[in-house]
Amino acid sequence: MDTFRRLLITAVLAGLIAGVFVTLVHQIATVPVILKAEVFEKAADEAAPATEGSDGNSATAGSMSGMAMSGTDHDHAASEAHEAHDHEEGGWEPSNGLERNAFTAAADILTGIGFALLLAAAYAARGSQMDWRKGLFWGLAGFAVFTLAPGLGLPPEVPGTEAAPLLQRQLWWVATVLLTGGGLALIFFTRQMLWSVLGVAMIVLPHAYGAPQPAEHHSAAPEALAHSFIVAVTMTSLLFWVALGILTGFFFQRQFKAA
Amino acid sequence: MQANSQILNQTTPNRTAAGSTSKADAKLGIFCAAFLGVALLWGVGFSHINVFHNAAHDTRHSNAFPCH
Repeated sequence: MDTFRRLLITAVLAGLIAGVFVTLVHQIATVPVILKAEVFEKAADEAAPATEGSDGNSATAGSMSGMAMSGTDHDHAASEAHEAHDHEEGGWEPSNGLERNAFTAAADILTGIGFALLLAAAYAARGSQMDWRKGLFWGLAGFAVFTLAPGLGLPPEVPGTEAAPLLQRQLWWVATVLLTGGGLALIFFTRQMLWSVLGVAMIVLPHAYGAPQPAEHHSAAPEALAHSFIVAVTMTSLLFWVALGILTGFFFQRQFKAA
Repeated sequence: MQANSQILNQTTPNRTAAGSTSKADAKLGIFCAAFLGVALLWGVGFSHINVFHNAAHDTRHSNAFPCH
């Protein structure tokens, strides 16, 4: 398990540093937008009488949220909201402030280590010498595979946005990541044109099929907020992947040189 | 011995690591690392378990993992 030990050390160091870095970036760029959107989400929830825990005050909340929904829209939104918010009413969640941010930091770091493990495993499978600069290119590929490609069909969403059923979106996300990663691998790691053409086709395929969409698009948050969130997520993700690529390349080189 | 380490060199992650790692060790290591990576990402970003979702909520949104 010597190889695994070295890969794990590489990934933990790179994921920890990139995770702490992206936690700070998230606190500046994305978390404030999420918190703002939750204010709109809460107001919309309270305006929907079918939602659990919103018995008497629907009229006031409705005027507060400033939304004019027709009867059918209302019912639809209510049932969607009911489905969407099972998680919030059905169990523990960290309290706002320090506790919530501590869990976000932990989750960011675990995400960093998870992606770093995939990168380090890919470096080892390729078997070529690494350095920070090659790592940077891998990081950019990671950004394309895990953020850009799935984000085209399923853009980053603030809380309170209606979306297709979760499992369908998760399946499409995973399929898009696999096809985009496989497509890029064919383009970069083979020499024959046929394979490159197949690679491009694999990248296009999930978008030609189309991402699962909700019956109707609706967001509790204003469109400007939703749009600024898309930009914030995409750019913070770019920074994360650049950092993770450089760090994994650097630590991988050190781990496998020291042997 | 020389020829043997040449073969190992082609399959191990790095030429200098060839002395202490074997082909099987490299394969197992790569598989375990990738598996652990996927497991971590699934737990943080994809698990439907409420506690996992709520703890990692802002990370899921910030990474555009499908959420809610």
